[in-house]
Amino acid sequence: MLRARTLSGGVHLDDRKISSGKPVEFAGIPPEIVLFMSQHTGAPAKPVVKPGDRVLAGQVVGEAQSFVSAPVHASTSGIVKAVENRYHPILAKPSTAVVIEPDGKGEIWEGIAPGSDDISALSPEDIVKIARNAGLVGLGGAAFPTAVKLSPPKDKPIDVYLLNGAECEPYLTCDARLMVEEADEIVFGFMAMMKAVGAPRGIVCIEDNKPEAIMAMERAISGKPGIELCVLKTRYPQGGEKQLIQVVLGREVPPPPGLPFDVGVVVSNVGTAYALAKAIRTGMPLVDRVVTVTGAVRSPSNFRVLLGTPVSFLIEKAGGYAGEPGKVIMGGPMMGISLPRTDVPVVKGTTGIVVMTRDEVNLDKPLPCIRCGRCVDACPLRLLPVWIAAYSDRGTYEEAEKYRALDCCECGVCAYRCPSRRPLVQSIRLAKQAIMEERRARAQKASG
Amino acid sequence: MTERLVVSPSPHWKTDKTVPALMLDVVIALMPAVIASIVFFGWKALAIILTSVSSAVISEAIYEKAVKRDITIKDYSAVITGILLAMNMPPGVPLWMPAIGSAFAIVIAKQLFGGLGCNFVNPALAGRAFLMAAWPLHMTRDWLAPGFFGGVDAGASPTPLAVLKGESSGVLPGLWDMLLGNRAGCLGETSIIAILIGGIYLIWKEVIDPRIPLGFIGTVFVLTWVFGKPGAFFQGNAVYHVLSGGLFLGAFFMATDYVTSPVTARGRLLMGIGCGAITVLIRLWGGYPEGVSYSILLMNLVTPLIDRVVVPRYYGWKHEARKEKAL
Repeated sequence: MLRARTLSGGVHLDDRKISSGKPVEFAGIPPEIVLFMSQHTGAPAKPVVKPGDRVLAGQVVGEAQSFVSAPVHASTSGIVKAVENRYHPILAKPSTAVVIEPDGKGEIWEGIAPGSDDISALSPEDIVKIARNAGLVGLGGAAFPTAVKLSPPKDKPIDVYLLNGAECEPYLTCDARLMVEEADEIVFGFMAMMKAVGAPRGIVCIEDNKPEAIMAMERAISGKPGIELCVLKTRYPQGGEKQLIQVVLGREVPPPPGLPFDVGVVVSNVGTAYALAKAIRTGMPLVDRVVTVTGAVRSPSNFRVLLGTPVSFLIEKAGGYAGEPGKVIMGGPMMGISLPRTDVPVVKGTTGIVVMTRDEVNLDKPLPCIRCGRCVDACPLRLLPVWIAAYSDRGTYEEAEKYRALDCCECGVCAYRCPSRRPLVQSIRLAKQAIMEERRARAQKASG
Repeated sequence: MTERLVVSPSPHWKTDKTVPALMLDVVIALMPAVIASIVFFGWKALAIILTSVSSAVISEAIYEKAVKRDITIKDYSAVITGILLAMNMPPGVPLWMPAIGSAFAIVIAKQLFGGLGCNFVNPALAGRAFLMAAWPLHMTRDWLAPGFFGGVDAGASPTPLAVLKGESSGVLPGLWDMLLGNRAGCLGETSIIAILIGGIYLIWKEVIDPRIPLGFIGTVFVLTWVFGKPGAFFQGNAVYHVLSGGLFLGAFFMATDYVTSPVTARGRLLMGIGCGAITVLIRLWGGYPEGVSYSILLMNLVTPLIDRVVVPRYYGWKHEARKEKAL
């Protein structure tokens, strides 16, 4: 077994994987399905249905408009109620969505044709095409279109494919459960991914707090040529793409706009591999995913959830709130987004719903920075959050840029460790936005 | 559903080690030294500590009230300043000295610059330097010979450093007495063991970075060993140099002050080494027998420079370095 290096920086968190023993169960068909046209990095899809249309599970409701984009499919059968703006949980603003009133039958679209059980019969181009048509995006949270990831530039040969099962965010267990229950499918999808990019070597990366998943995956990869297992010491944010590449391979990705391609690596989440396997075998596009509903709910669970299912429906399914809810987070407690309301739907990148009670929510006023350097010691990208945030707070964004604000991956370790409880990530994010706006303005001026 | 939800930027978890929690750890870590000083110098030590701490806390509260800032005395930082200043006083000083010194440390060195996080030198050391300049005789002559629960006023009981330097005649105390603290010196600097217990506690709780104390003490050891004996190399009395004066107190409790030490790991090592080098410079060739507090003050001033120059190599730097080379 491959030995990993230690992560530079990071923190050890209380992982609270309270739902790790709960098998994945189907959450059911909700009374309303909301499918956003923007559920991925890149250009939004374009709606191709209108109110009144009857749609079936797997049918395209939004078409991809460019290379970096992904189509959106109806997750169940029903009538299109509206094509309108709804509050988007990730973009935090109204965004175009197709709203479906399910008929409860879950009828599958006739266009879905069972595919192949044999990867060797498929060419790399076939696999990319399947991923594209299935609307596949990275299911680890970033939601980057998988077809783009599977098409590395010709001048950048890929020698290693990393399958990310680290799941370093506390609370979340969707990847761990999937590995325990569907190890063979995941490995099937992974082999297809490796074939698509021409990677001779694949490494399955799992943190050591998931012994069951490690056992299941170890069994599933045995006898598969070129695939190894790498068990990582649990540490946040090891599941970050750049961090994973560093600890497993000792390589460092160039700063943005550098990509893992540049060092001959592609990284995908285990959930994505599973979804690709399903798309290849059954022809079914991405219409559901595993979501962990946990924290202050009566019965923390792992659900197979139809995309577009409202968060409130899932909280009910998990037994409802345990105690007075203070925060509902889409994603994990470190990088997730806190929701202002729970009628918002699950999107492709939703890994979990974490409920925090009112008592757990920290509303302390930030204290002055004492320059203790704890953020510096913990930054996995070896940046100086203390100065980036200070310059950002002062509005001197050029200085923040010199301290490499744009490299920041917003993992949140700095703000977690800050003894003054300063919102460092927020400050750095503001600096990043200001710098990007300035760049756009300059580019516009230059071209106009 | 009508739940009222809090919306705030990630991360949604924050550490329990807040500023007050870290400062409280420092107060706890100072307790062995405080107790040792009371054991060796009696009620006088206790009176100096209480005076110094109350003066620090009260002057912080009054100043903040006067300028309408939030009252921050609950973060324990003024308590630490008070204890540290007391630890830096000879046990025989009149009580108005710690009172004035602490008020100076808090109001002039800390609050006038903007309060916690904005001071550029360690407040306790600034207070001590002020007292040294204003009333040097009290600060350098009011030593007491230690005795259990009550120092014996021995007039001018020489400190080991003064003896080492040849300024005072006298016999060096035994090594065991040096470790325990059974010797003349400032309140908190005498008992090496008590300070070490506190220092190890702080390192174990990850409150301080061991690079500063290790770099500091290590540098003093090496340099005094090499240059400690005039006219000969490698024959200096390094062990005594390391164990005497305020080195341990300064290295573990004062050079490690967050606000006035560098933010990077390498910067902090540099800080420790710099403090050690300046201490030895003052002890061996300077006008004072002791150089720990001035060395820390000087390095406090250099800290912003260290923070500008010593920056970690960011993730992926090699690629850009290569690109620049190609250009």
